[in-house]
Amino acid sequence: MLKDITLGQYYPVKSPLHKLDPRVKILLVFAFIILLFFVQNFVGYAVFALFTGIVIKLSRVPMKFMLKGLKPLFFIMIFTAVLNLFMVQGEHVMFRIWKLTATYEGLRTAVFMILRLVFLIMGTSLLTLTTTPLALTDGIESLLRPFRKIGLPAHELAMMMSIAIRFIPTLLEETNKIMQAQAARGSDFETGSLIKRAKALIPILIPLFVSAFRRADELAVAMECRCYNGGENRTRMRELKMHANDAVASVIVAALIGTIIFTNLFPLFSQFAL
Amino acid sequence: MIDLKHVSYVYQTGTPFESAALNDVNLHIDKNTFTGLIGHTGSGKSTLIQHLNALLKPTSGQIIIDGTDITDPNVNLREVRKKVGLVFQYPEHQLFEETVYKDIAFGPRNLGLTEDEIKERVYEAIEIVGIDESQLERSPFDISGGQKRRVAIAGVLAMKPSVLVLDEPTAGLDPAGRDEILDKIRGLHQRFDMTVILVSHSMEDVARIADHIIVMDHGRVAFYDSVNEVFSHAQELRQIGLNVPQVTEIMRGLKKKGYPVDIRIHTVEAAKAEILRLFQEKKLGERQC
Repeated sequence: MLKDITLGQYYPVKSPLHKLDPRVKILLVFAFIILLFFVQNFVGYAVFALFTGIVIKLSRVPMKFMLKGLKPLFFIMIFTAVLNLFMVQGEHVMFRIWKLTATYEGLRTAVFMILRLVFLIMGTSLLTLTTTPLALTDGIESLLRPFRKIGLPAHELAMMMSIAIRFIPTLLEETNKIMQAQAARGSDFETGSLIKRAKALIPILIPLFVSAFRRADELAVAMECRCYNGGENRTRMRELKMHANDAVASVIVAALIGTIIFTNLFPLFSQFAL
Repeated sequence: MIDLKHVSYVYQTGTPFESAALNDVNLHIDKNTFTGLIGHTGSGKSTLIQHLNALLKPTSGQIIIDGTDITDPNVNLREVRKKVGLVFQYPEHQLFEETVYKDIAFGPRNLGLTEDEIKERVYEAIEIVGIDESQLERSPFDISGGQKRRVAIAGVLAMKPSVLVLDEPTAGLDPAGRDEILDKIRGLHQRFDMTVILVSHSMEDVARIADHIIVMDHGRVAFYDSVNEVFSHAQELRQIGLNVPQVTEIMRGLKKKGYPVDIRIHTVEAAKAEILRLFQEKKLGERQC
């Protein structure tokens, strides 16, 4: 039952995208997201769709996985679209319901909003689907390093993230064991009212917290024993290194930025929607 | 009492991670017996015992306890868990209540007993495992490791199971603590005619208190016989990564050197008697010459 939970949605295949340096990937996804908010017309979105499509193809992650990431946000997307449709003021009235007016301008904003959300989620999913959680934390640590000068504990933050990720399977296993032990003592988690079921969680949560604290304590002692004291002068087993393909990826994204700026400056036939 | 018929269990069926933990297990365990269950890590011991009180349902096969088929989907799970008490490995990790009393009372309360009955059972359980009444109002997190374990075992005993299954109850205890726990378990078996199944890594422990042994290997029952018989298969046991008790090892060594001793001996007392007998016979022989 609890074994079905997976955290981080890393999809283990070999692809050019998986091989990219995590730092480069994080920065490029940032660029991708920022760029998304500069797109002003349908041609721009068409370019984005083409780009995202090609990247998904390259990542070898099945489309099914990408769409799964969209599902939880379906409601929010519909909600924003409806809100935009009726709230945006415009001249070209499409139809009226009661006191609400739907305009063509509103429709345009609504569609843009949905597209924006879809690309936003797809872009970030592509990052987490093609990067292992550990590589991701390494990348974040490396990117945050310059901010250490202003007192940001970059290494400590990254270490906390990796420890948290590492303990998720352990704690899941522990939860399973405790649930079984309490079930053996006649606990019942499946039937009864909501309050009764919530109460049945106490015998699971308390031992789980106790063991999590114990584990944290033990880990802290073990780290102390090996003279761990933060990131000063630490080398690592897997150094992050830039390769030629990282440069290629950056150039491609730069080209995308160029294209979007071009479509904004010369809105060729992008007015056809209106 | 306990009957397992062609029981198989497959983890994560239908996924690429599919793995069989139990493979056509057939067992018959009599009432009032003390059975040791041994096998190396991953042999299916833990999976097997979780089937005994329906925490896991077999992928195929049937488990009948006291005439009730517990693999039936409509079986009353509470009844099954009342009948078969299961003490997990490191049971002290499941303690959660504010006081020792409340924690031991958790099981009986789940059975729907009255306050008076619960109290009676808690006192009975602490008497069995040897916890002083003065400890009852303490927090189960403030007492020593050995005491915690006894409280946890008491929590299962308070449900008054007729079958008690213990998964390595002595793991992580010092020799004194281990001997005490084993003594208590043996006492339970003798005083209350409880059917006991003891999972252990330690051949010495099992040899000392069990009367039957089940040896598991790769999800199958490799041996199931009386202690004497099982330990006479030292060769085969070694092949599946298990050892015989050290005294049995000594007896086998003596036999190899040409002394006529019984190689099935598995307790120090019996070995002592056997060696004394040998000397006696030798003396007699010399005298006759």
